[in-house]
Amino acid sequence: MNRFAELLDRLAYEPRRNAKIRLLSDYFSTTPDPDRGYGLAAITGTLDFLHAKPAMIRTLIAERTDPALFALSYDYVGDLSETVALMWPKRETNLTNHSLGLGEIITRLSTAKKSEIPALLANLLDDLDETGRWALLKLITGGLRIGVSARLAKTALAQMAGFNVDAIEEVWHGMAPPYEPLFEWLEGKGPIPSTNNPVPFRPVMLAHAIEESDFTALDPADFIAEWKWDGIRIQASSGRDENGNILTRLYSRTGDDISATFPDIVEALVGLNGTIDGELLIIRDGKVDSFNALQQRLNRKTLSSKLLSENPAAIRAYDVLFIDGMDMRERPFHERRKALEALIKKLSSPRIDLSSILSFDSWESLELLRSRPETSIAAHDAEAIEGCMIKRHDSLYVAGRPKGLWYKWKRDPFIVDAVLMYAQRGHGKRSSFYSDFTFGVWKGDELVPVGKSYFGFTDQELIEIDRFVRKNTINRFGPVREVSHEPELGLVFEVAFEGIGASTRHRSGLAMRFPRISRIRWDKPPREADRIESLEILAAQGRKKS
Amino acid sequence: MRPSDLLIPLPAGLYCPLADLFIDPVKPVERALITHGHSDHARAGHGSVLATKDTLGIMGIRYSEHFAAQMQIAHFGEPISINGVQFSFHPAGHVLGSAQIAVEAKGLKIIVSGDYKRASDPTCLPFDPQRCDVFITEATFGLPVFTHPDTAQEIEKLLRSVALFPERAHLVGAYSLGKAQRVIAIIRAAGYDAPIYLHGALEKLTAYYVAQGAKLGALKPVAGVAKEDLQGAIILCPPSSIQDLWARKFPDPVTCFASGWMRIRARARQRGVELPLVVSDHADWPDLQRTILETGASEIWVTHGQEDALVHWCQSIGLQAKPLNMVGYGDEGEAEAEPSTP
Ligand SMILES: [Zn+2]
Ligand SMILES: [Zn+2]
Repeated sequence: MNRFAELLDRLAYEPRRNAKIRLLSDYFSTTPDPDRGYGLAAITGTLDFLHAKPAMIRTLIAERTDPALFALSYDYVGDLSETVALMWPKRETNLTNHSLGLGEIITRLSTAKKSEIPALLANLLDDLDETGRWALLKLITGGLRIGVSARLAKTALAQMAGFNVDAIEEVWHGMAPPYEPLFEWLEGKGPIPSTNNPVPFRPVMLAHAIEESDFTALDPADFIAEWKWDGIRIQASSGRDENGNILTRLYSRTGDDISATFPDIVEALVGLNGTIDGELLIIRDGKVDSFNALQQRLNRKTLSSKLLSENPAAIRAYDVLFIDGMDMRERPFHERRKALEALIKKLSSPRIDLSSILSFDSWESLELLRSRPETSIAAHDAEAIEGCMIKRHDSLYVAGRPKGLWYKWKRDPFIVDAVLMYAQRGHGKRSSFYSDFTFGVWKGDELVPVGKSYFGFTDQELIEIDRFVRKNTINRFGPVREVSHEPELGLVFEVAFEGIGASTRHRSGLAMRFPRISRIRWDKPPREADRIESLEILAAQGRKKS
Repeated sequence: MRPSDLLIPLPAGLYCPLADLFIDPVKPVERALITHGHSDHARAGHGSVLATKDTLGIMGIRYSEHFAAQMQIAHFGEPISINGVQFSFHPAGHVLGSAQIAVEAKGLKIIVSGDYKRASDPTCLPFDPQRCDVFITEATFGLPVFTHPDTAQEIEKLLRSVALFPERAHLVGAYSLGKAQRVIAIIRAAGYDAPIYLHGALEKLTAYYVAQGAKLGALKPVAGVAKEDLQGAIILCPPSSIQDLWARKFPDPVTCFASGWMRIRARARQRGVELPLVVSDHADWPDLQRTILETGASEIWVTHGQEDALVHWCQSIGLQAKPLNMVGYGDEGEAEAEPSTP
């Protein structure tokens, strides 16, 4: 536990991404099994202790300290886990299991009955030092908040082994703590872990935003185009496990399993026997509904049958990665497309259809479609289109964001995905909420603020953003909170604005006119937010919204 | 005689009316007794100063040789009588030369402890507990959350980091009087024998410590050393410098801060500290309690720091206790203002 506590302690203070990776790799390569595996599980958020709530911890400390002194201390420190860790009375007798491993602690906690937890926890706290106590309390209350995402932890593993992080993603979803076969493989002592999971998440292929100057270099004859729908990028799979049972999964683009939220889709996947890439939409009577309708189905714990029937989900498929266990990713797009067409036809589900291919012979003719989709498709659907995707005929399916293969061409040039950086308390009826947001885009490895906005979201969304702000605060300056904005940990806003110009007010050197938050991208990791270059291009062009 | 006849808290400092003098006055006065050389306790401009030899030596470096019109050396354990009041100085274990001052008249004894610690410190004499009727204690770390860890263990953390990041400089913020020299001494005790680099603001006081016999190994001024020669080096500087422009000239520095405040995460993050080292020259909560009990005092006066909690604890075990509410000492920092440039 000491080693893990020291790692968390160090990570909590380390602002540099590369140094975080170093600290993590160092931990993974010097900590024995199974502790390092449990450490990995803790950092990637795959552990869940349902029984240890803050109220229980408060009860434990109240039994051991003077309430007035606890109140003064808590007031001074400001964090429950930290206050308790620091105030916990030292046991006078000899330490019995001071060197208890993280794995042992987790096993004890997760096998104990609910009624046994307080005594067990008190015992563990007695035996740890204060960093150990702090780490344990953070761990069991689920609030590590050390600015390390699952992706960063996997990147550290990859770096330790000299692998590509996507190779780890490939096997990740079939594995469970303490990940011993994974470490054996990474250290060259064992084979690549066979994922018993027949429906693992596969890292997705992403597009670059196309720029005006790209067009001259690109031959339209090399490309196909499709609509870019305003939904959620998903990956859907089905397959059979070793006992012949059919398993189905629906993943977000980052690999979160969202199957439980979309039982209607999962049902439609049973006959798929493969992996497809597509857009999740709400399609009612053949019409694509707004993103809001889809939003209502996200992050739901319980699903009413009313919600399911009023907001029926569907997949608009645009690519295929696997068919009948065959890896299609090494085949060119046009071959995959043929296979996809056959697959969707065979499936013949009302919940899964094909993304149509647009016909165009020049970039100018595609521009007409892109800027006025209502001239070629139903007006209702046209509203759900946010531009075009342009893909090379011969593009292989390459995980990540390879250059020159796929492009996105957005309909509204004045939309960017920016990352929430700071939040400030609002005024009047919003004074109890963090409602003024400063957001930024990537410049190299860091985010630079580009604008500030306090509207564009509903009251319900404000409550959710406020909750996010409070949970992810990393710094406070008077009424302003700095919110976690790491590549993997933060909140992405889609920001709409009227124009952009040079400014000395922001460190980015740019200022947006009339920015507003047009959507909250709970599904998008900050690393996929826009980069400063795309804004600089807009500013240089000085274009106005038509 | 009541305690308040012997010592009175006035805005300028603790005043002894019978002897007509102040202890650690924050304003210039005619006659001052000074516990130790930290600038909030030891100010320039008094008529006469009575303090230990090292406190006078340190004040001479801080201000100028003529920081007061008259200076008198107080020897540890040798009482001095002024107008029928007996004053004696006893080691406080805080920094080199630091003393508790015992004030005694007509059978009543008050100890003014100044700043003190009980943890070991190779660079000064250890705290020497005195029995008394009234004990005046600081409360810089007067909350139960402050239990300072073993200092050697904190320095071990620093040395492990130096091993993990051999291409980065480790910039350690440490107060220029006491903390810096103690940190160096413990680094040496841990077996680290490469040269340690010093910010200009630390040089004079560190040289004074060495002249008084502190064993600090090879020390070099950091000014003028090439950037590439500082990879993997340990550099000590005043705390205010770790966030300065000055810090940017070092190879990818790891910013460390050696202070008791580093026990609180928010404090460390506020300062942009990446490697907090909990090393303090003040008594932690258990040592404040232990010391109060060891003095046998029935009345405790609590000054600078977290007075409320310590007063509450004293009262809960049946001691009379009150906060002195004196201003000008300690406050938020660890007791001294620092110049920010060499
Ligand atoms: Zn002091
Ligand atoms: Zn002080």
